[in-house]
Amino acid sequence: MKGSLAVIWAIGRKDLLLEIRNKDVVVAVAGFALLVLVIFTVAIDLNQANAKLVGPGVLWAGIAFAGVTGLNRAFALEVEGGTLEALMLAPISRDLIYFGKALGNFLFIAVAQIIVIPVFAVLFNLVVFRWEMLAISLLTTIGFSAVGTLFAAMAVRVRAREVMLPLLFLPVVVPLLMAAIESTSQVVNGRSWSDMSEWLQLAIAFDLAFIVISAFLFQHILED
Amino acid sequence: MTNKILNLFDPILIFSAALMGVALYMIFIWAPTETNQGAVQRILYFHVPIAWGAMLGIFVVSGSSIMYLWKKEEKWDRLAVASAEVGVVFGGLMLLTGMIWARPVWSVWWTGEAKLTTALILFFIYVAYLMFRAYFPPGAQRQRLAAIIGVIGAVDTPIIYFAANLWAQAHPPIITGPVADSDSALGSDLGTVLLVATVAFSFLFVYLVQSRYKIRKSEDDLVELKRASSASVMTGAG
Repeated sequence: MKGSLAVIWAIGRKDLLLEIRNKDVVVAVAGFALLVLVIFTVAIDLNQANAKLVGPGVLWAGIAFAGVTGLNRAFALEVEGGTLEALMLAPISRDLIYFGKALGNFLFIAVAQIIVIPVFAVLFNLVVFRWEMLAISLLTTIGFSAVGTLFAAMAVRVRAREVMLPLLFLPVVVPLLMAAIESTSQVVNGRSWSDMSEWLQLAIAFDLAFIVISAFLFQHILED
Repeated sequence: MTNKILNLFDPILIFSAALMGVALYMIFIWAPTETNQGAVQRILYFHVPIAWGAMLGIFVVSGSSIMYLWKKEEKWDRLAVASAEVGVVFGGLMLLTGMIWARPVWSVWWTGEAKLTTALILFFIYVAYLMFRAYFPPGAQRQRLAAIIGVIGAVDTPIIYFAANLWAQAHPPIITGPVADSDSALGSDLGTVLLVATVAFSFLFVYLVQSRYKIRKSEDDLVELKRASSASVMTGAG
C-alpha cells in the first residue's frame, strides 16, 4: 500500500514539476474558463436575478470546456516525448500509472478553479465562498479527472484528438455537471448542505464508480 | 447459413417484412383513433418499438464490449460495432418520431423530461463510439479502446437516468398540450398493436445487425487476404 502511494506520488510529482516549470496546463485551463465567463457576461444582460439563474451553469460549462483542453495536454507530452513507453516499461502495475496521471490532472484543474471561481464571484456578483462550494468543486474535479484521464489516454492515439476528447468526455460527465450546477445554484441562493445532499451523493457515486471502472479499464489502453 | 450478405430469402427478413405488413395494417386501419390526441397518437406505435430497438442496441453493445475485453475474440467486436450502428440509427429515429409526436401533444418539441434527457445523452455517447472507431486505424487496439467506450456507456446509463430524474424534479418539464396521460383510453388495443409492432421491429433489428456483422466479417477477411497476398509477393520477389 505504501509502495503504491509512493509510485502514484512519483508520477504525479513528475507532472507537477513539469507544470511548475512551464505552467502550460493551468494557464490554458484558467484562461479558457475565464474567457467563457467573460463572453457570457457580454452575451447575457446580467442582473441580480438572472445571474443566480444562469451563473452556475455558465461557471461549470466553462470549467468543463476548459478542462478538456487541459486533459488533452495530459498525454500529449508523454506521447510526443516517447515517455509513455518508458512509463509502461517501469515495473509497476498499470492502474498506478492511471492514478498518478489522474492525480496530476486533478491538481491542474483544481488550481485553475482557485483562479476561476473568485473571478466568477466578481463578474456575476454572487456569494460562493462557502464550505459547500469547496465540496462541490472537489467532487466535480475528482470526477472530471477520473473520466478525463481515461479518455485522454485513448484520444491521444487518434489523429483528431482535439475533436475526439470533448466528444467522448462531455456526454459522459453530464450527470456530474448537473450535480455541480444544481448544488452551486443552491449555494448562490444561500441554501446549505441539506438542500443539495442528493446531488452531492450523486456526485460521490459518480466519482467512486468511475475511479474504480477507469482504473480497471486503463490496463486495456496501455496493453500492446 | 449462406455467406451472401444481401439474401432476400433470409427467414428473419421474410418474417420481419410479413410482420411489418401486419403491424402497418393494425396501426393505420385496425386500431381506433385515440380520442384525446387524435391521429397523432399513431406515431407512438412506431416510436415505442423503435425506442425498444435503440435500447436493445445499447444492451448488445455493452454486453459484447464486456465479452470482447474478457475473451478478446473478434466476433464480439463485430457484434458490438454492428449493433452500435443499427442502434444509433434507431436512436435517431426514436428522437425524431418522439419530437414529431410531442409537438402537437405536449405543445413543445423538446423538454427536460428524464427519459428524453437520458436518451439524448446516450445517443451522443454512442455517436462518439462510432466516431472514435472511424478515426482510429483498424486493429486490435481499436477494438479494445472501442470496447472501453462501450463499457463506460453502460456504467454511465443508470447514473445519467438518476441525475436526469432528479433534475426533472427541480425543473418540472413543460407539458401543456392535450396531455398524454390518457393513453389508457385505448386499453388492450394499444397493447396488442404495440406488441406486434415491437416484435416486427425487433426482427428488423436482428436482421440489420446480422447483415452488418457479415459485412464487417467480409471487410476483415479482405484485409487478411490483402496482407497474405502482399506477403507472398514479397517473399516471391525476395
